[in-house]
Amino acid sequence: MLLTRKAEFSASHVCRNPALSDAENQALYGVNANPHGHGHNYVLEVTIEGDPDPVTGMVFDLRQLKEIINAEVVDPMDHRFLNHEVPPFDRTVPTTENIAVEIWKRLHNRIELPNAHLKNVRLYETADLYVDYGGEA
Amino acid sequence: MRLTRRYHFAASHRLNTDALTPEENASLYGKCNNPFGHGHDYVLDVSVEGPVDASGQIVGREALDTLVEQQVLDRVDHRNLNCDLPELRDRVPTTENLASVIEDLLTRQWSLPARLARVRISETARNTFELETK
Repeated sequence: MLLTRKAEFSASHVCRNPALSDAENQALYGVNANPHGHGHNYVLEVTIEGDPDPVTGMVFDLRQLKEIINAEVVDPMDHRFLNHEVPPFDRTVPTTENIAVEIWKRLHNRIELPNAHLKNVRLYETADLYVDYGGEA
Repeated sequence: MRLTRRYHFAASHRLNTDALTPEENASLYGKCNNPFGHGHDYVLDVSVEGPVDASGQIVGREALDTLVEQQVLDRVDHRNLNCDLPELRDRVPTTENLASVIEDLLTRQWSLPARLARVRISETARNTFELETK
């Protein structure tokens, strides 16, 4: 069974590789490379796969899941400038792909029970763009 | 990793096949068989799949947008699917067939590093059609 919990955070970012020229960054990232950054209302969907615990009837304790997502993602990222305030984005370009990978890294060890594990991280940058990441290399 | 980008287009169509009688068409397609056609605000989700490259992206947004605009949106937006899309002239423009045509239009000119993984179209908020590509 799959269980999905949603969370939101608002953050600013800029997609620029310091090793590249302005023109190269613009070609690669478009308006996302504008030097002073811009922001999004990110929407995160965390999906856990597992079997309901025979005693509690739950795949995963939802209150605990909310606390984990808040502690690992929302508290450190909400209303922050990702490049300046949230490592590793001081040295990794905070594309939607890279943010999804970072969220996976922060969550997957904390969502590991005998009956349940993290299945997918879906991160919406806008209503028209999202990525799905399931921990693959 | 999979990235999904959403696009919007408005188009009209009429569901009717010469293989059936007018009565059979009316019975099969209901209101969608209305002789003068009707329209929808379609929502198209294009999913691509692949590894994240050195830029931190599966695919450049502008490259994907340009491809979808040129191959699909320019052909279907504010068009009549029965008359304006040669690929649908001999097929009923159901959203099933439209999904398959869009997959073909995209793969025909696909030049992106990531693979086209899925085409999903919503005809209305209540009807959605998904095509996983092989």
